[in-house]
Amino acid sequence: MSIKTLDNKALAWLKITVFLLAVFPLCKLGLSAYFDDLGANPIEKITRTTGYWTLSFLLITLTITPMRRLSGWSWPARLRRMLGLFVFFYGSLHFLTYLVLDQFFDWTSIVNDIVKRPYITVGFAAFILLIPLAITSTNRMMKRLGGKRWHTLHSLIYLIAVGGVVHYWWLVKKDITNPLAFALLLAVLLGIRLIYWLRGLLKH
Amino acid sequence: MAIHKIPSIQSSEITPRELFYNRRQFIQLTAVASLTALFPQALLAGEKLANVKKATGKLPDELTPFKAVTSYNNFYEFGTGKDDPAKNAGSLKTRPWTVSVEGEVLKPKLFDIDELLKLAPLEERVYRLRCVEAWSMVIPWIGFPLAELLKRVEPTGNAKFVEFISLHDPEQMPGQKSASLNWPYREGLRIDEAMNPLTLLTLGLYGEVLPNQNGAPIRVVVPWKYGFKSAKSIVKIRLVEKQPVSSWMAAGPNEYGFYSNVNPAVDHPRWSQAKERRIGEFLKRPTLPFNGYAEQVAQLYAGMDLTKNF
Repeated sequence: MSIKTLDNKALAWLKITVFLLAVFPLCKLGLSAYFDDLGANPIEKITRTTGYWTLSFLLITLTITPMRRLSGWSWPARLRRMLGLFVFFYGSLHFLTYLVLDQFFDWTSIVNDIVKRPYITVGFAAFILLIPLAITSTNRMMKRLGGKRWHTLHSLIYLIAVGGVVHYWWLVKKDITNPLAFALLLAVLLGIRLIYWLRGLLKH
Repeated sequence: MAIHKIPSIQSSEITPRELFYNRRQFIQLTAVASLTALFPQALLAGEKLANVKKATGKLPDELTPFKAVTSYNNFYEFGTGKDDPAKNAGSLKTRPWTVSVEGEVLKPKLFDIDELLKLAPLEERVYRLRCVEAWSMVIPWIGFPLAELLKRVEPTGNAKFVEFISLHDPEQMPGQKSASLNWPYREGLRIDEAMNPLTLLTLGLYGEVLPNQNGAPIRVVVPWKYGFKSAKSIVKIRLVEKQPVSSWMAAGPNEYGFYSNVNPAVDHPRWSQAKERRIGEFLKRPTLPFNGYAEQVAQLYAGMDLTKNF
């Protein structure tokens, strides 16, 4: 076994480790809630934490391909589905926090938000676009769609990522340090892809 | 306007400050308070204020716990996170402290903070605080009407506006090392707003000297406007003829207007102002025009288009 390929056993352990690391933020949030340690505005805290991890997992998922290309390792691709599903998982928690805890099913106010508040429009659209990706994440759906169509559909993730960062950027009042960090990371991740794509064009 | 008209909570309903701490701390505080009574010039955050006229009248709202009031703050001088001020405001030195009252006045004066503490009888006012971010609190402030101070410097006929300037010292206020806003923090009121009896020059809360993170040692509280209008850690009050430009107006002219009256009918460009989350409550509650103080202040804006003058 080499680090390039990893055997099945090593890969299984790696998957378990990544899974445990990925649920850690949720466990931490749950414990804080249990010990009443979410601060004066717990709903805001839950909204921000779930939103932060949605974007973080999105960027982590987008590092898989560059990592594979730059290192020549093949196994990172085997983690991509799980990481992508964690984007959907934290995104759903984020959306449910808004729906239940923040707005408590106040549909008028929710519709107003989606129509009138650009940052919510963009965030909501990004979340909706995640749903088909989550649904088509199984092997069977991949086969049914066929590789090419599946890939086209899943390239929506780039649009979702831009939407997620814009959502964050537009909602902060003044201090854009964090959204800027996410934006720069995303720019690097997309930039690497652009370079590979341009190289491919030149070769042909 | 008579004091008894100001809606506030019955003193019997106010949760004693000591409930938020254990008894031993209460005894220590009492000891400190007695010492404070002997040496009033040494007042620092956390110490009890003596001879405060308790609030009368009634507000149906419950007080926000002391812990929330002092741990969830917007005070960018100490960082942009809500918990940053409580963490970082220890570096603020509130003594010695002076406030210069100047500009269009007959008797400009540099007031020492301990002089201001004795300038007028201290009274408790239970006010709602509505943040522009759509959350709110109910806080028992201590102070006296700003009008008491302004009258003493005798504003001239040219004094149309009042500008508040907060401390600018990045050593004491680490948040000022970042350009999150144009420092020093500036805010302003129209002279009649400043003279309104609701506008409180504030030196304490919950029976004690203002904690640093709440704008020590001296701030204003303007309860019918969004929280950012109530300037903290003030070092200069200027009476001026032209409408001043506040720090938030400079940061986002289409988002933060000079008036910034609490108004559920006028949304912030990026979020709704129709409802608010009272800290400690689950369901949002409707936001009231002028934060529930329309009876006292609506006449100040008679005939004005509040959508344009947001």
